[in-house]
Amino acid sequence: MNYLSYEFFQLSLIGALLIGLIAPSVGIYLVQRKMSLIGDGIGHVALTGVAIGFLLKTSPVLTAVLVSAAGAVAIELIRERAKASGDVALAMLFYGGIAGGVVLISLSKQGTNSTLQSYLFGSLNGTSRSDLTAMLILGAGVLGVTLLGRPWLFAVSQDEEHARVSGLPVRFLNVLLAVTTAVTVTTAMRAVGLLLVSALMVVPVATAQQVTRGFTTTLVAAMVIGVTVSGAGVLLAAEVDTPPGAFIVVLAVGLFVLVAAFASVLRRRRPVRAPNDTGHTEPPDVVLGPVT
Amino acid sequence: MFLILQTRDLVVAYDGRPVLRGVSLGIAPGEVVALLGANGSGKSTLVKACLGLTPATSGSVELFGEPLAKLRNRSRIGYVPQRVGASSGVPATVRELVSAGRLARRGFLRPASAADRRAVDSALVAVGLSSMARQPVSTLSGGQQQRALIARALCGEPELLVMDEPTAGVDAASQQAFAAALRQFVAGGGTVVVVLHELGPLEPLITRSVVLHGGVVVHDGAAPEPAPGHACPDHVHEHPHAPVTTPRWELNQ
Repeated sequence: MNYLSYEFFQLSLIGALLIGLIAPSVGIYLVQRKMSLIGDGIGHVALTGVAIGFLLKTSPVLTAVLVSAAGAVAIELIRERAKASGDVALAMLFYGGIAGGVVLISLSKQGTNSTLQSYLFGSLNGTSRSDLTAMLILGAGVLGVTLLGRPWLFAVSQDEEHARVSGLPVRFLNVLLAVTTAVTVTTAMRAVGLLLVSALMVVPVATAQQVTRGFTTTLVAAMVIGVTVSGAGVLLAAEVDTPPGAFIVVLAVGLFVLVAAFASVLRRRRPVRAPNDTGHTEPPDVVLGPVT
Repeated sequence: MFLILQTRDLVVAYDGRPVLRGVSLGIAPGEVVALLGANGSGKSTLVKACLGLTPATSGSVELFGEPLAKLRNRSRIGYVPQRVGASSGVPATVRELVSAGRLARRGFLRPASAADRRAVDSALVAVGLSSMARQPVSTLSGGQQQRALIARALCGEPELLVMDEPTAGVDAASQQAFAAALRQFVAGGGTVVVVLHELGPLEPLITRSVVLHGGVVVHDGAAPEPAPGHACPDHVHEHPHAPVTTPRWELNQ
């Protein structure tokens, strides 16, 4: 474990822990809306943003935040307007985003396969001090929204019509969640890569809800799982010398399989007693004879 | 006279096909109004248009004497949708679901006060679910989920309760708990608009029945008499869903 003393390793470990903390806190609302794949789509769009940053010779993270936020708001507006054709419109945005990104990156000076690879699958070990500072600021913003706004985001993700009747700022909350998702994607792209970002948002939540009963407990458990797999992933990846981003996701999925199997065994042993107001139930419509 | 809810010549059309064709209705404080009608008669659309969930093609809606769009204090309305949104992708406890109904009163980004928590507690007591507050919503029976949605509407302490088929597919125990909660709400001076398929267990509470047919009001007043033969216990419902063009049997001459 002597690599713990290297600064680049410490920076990449802190970055991974940060992403493990924030990604599930956003992902839980996406899972609640049954839109688990939206983070993946925004990741595709963010690649175009990275490429524009290269072409304009500015920070690719900045342009990726702007482009993916615009993409996320567009997805949200499409979802709000047209429910039927929204599916196809989303597909256009996803594929347009990634294809545009690949074309634009190859046109730029940095247009090598290794650049492309580092954004698609992450390059945690390349995290610099300034990268980490930017990630900490963006991450604090994301946590502020997802934790302080929890009751409102919960209400609008649970039942949008009811939230609208209650006078909640539904469109503002939806756009806020979309932009927060985009910021999370770009914050995490250095660590796990644009193609695997969505996994860190969704898999810890899916794992947590195998054993939790409420929303807040699921949120806390998912964040604990996210931090644990991210930290363990970086440490173990260094031991076996594999890319940490992909290793984190492999660990997360492995943990999900274990917990899901464990939970189903538990459920079989202790079948959930359906809560029922016994004694007041309706009498059967027919005279029941003994089963022969 | 002050009206809680008033529509004037309300027309709603989906893709140019009119569903409501000019509904004018006024509901006074303290009334318990049942909206009745067959499937497709426009009763759910009327409720959604009154709440601003479905845009009106023409005509107007006023709530508490103000045009719908200008109504600031939305906590005066409690809405119970048809039971579809009770459980979602992530587990939530009954208490978490019910607490969402308090947000209209709570103010954006304000922490929950002791009064907020008390309101949630008493709404859970009112529908008889306080012993299940920590259960996940998904493990509840259909009737219990419906009661949780009613508690969500009640905990905002509304003046008007709007419910869309709250008794559909609800077990007897839940219907009793539901009728009791409604009686308590009405006794406190509340106004109720409820979409129903049939009057059922709520019949003693209903003060006025409005029957819609083909997007217009065809009856407004006391509960309508059932069509001849429809109320007797032997009556079997048989509704062919396609218009019958040829008689299915011939009368002997």
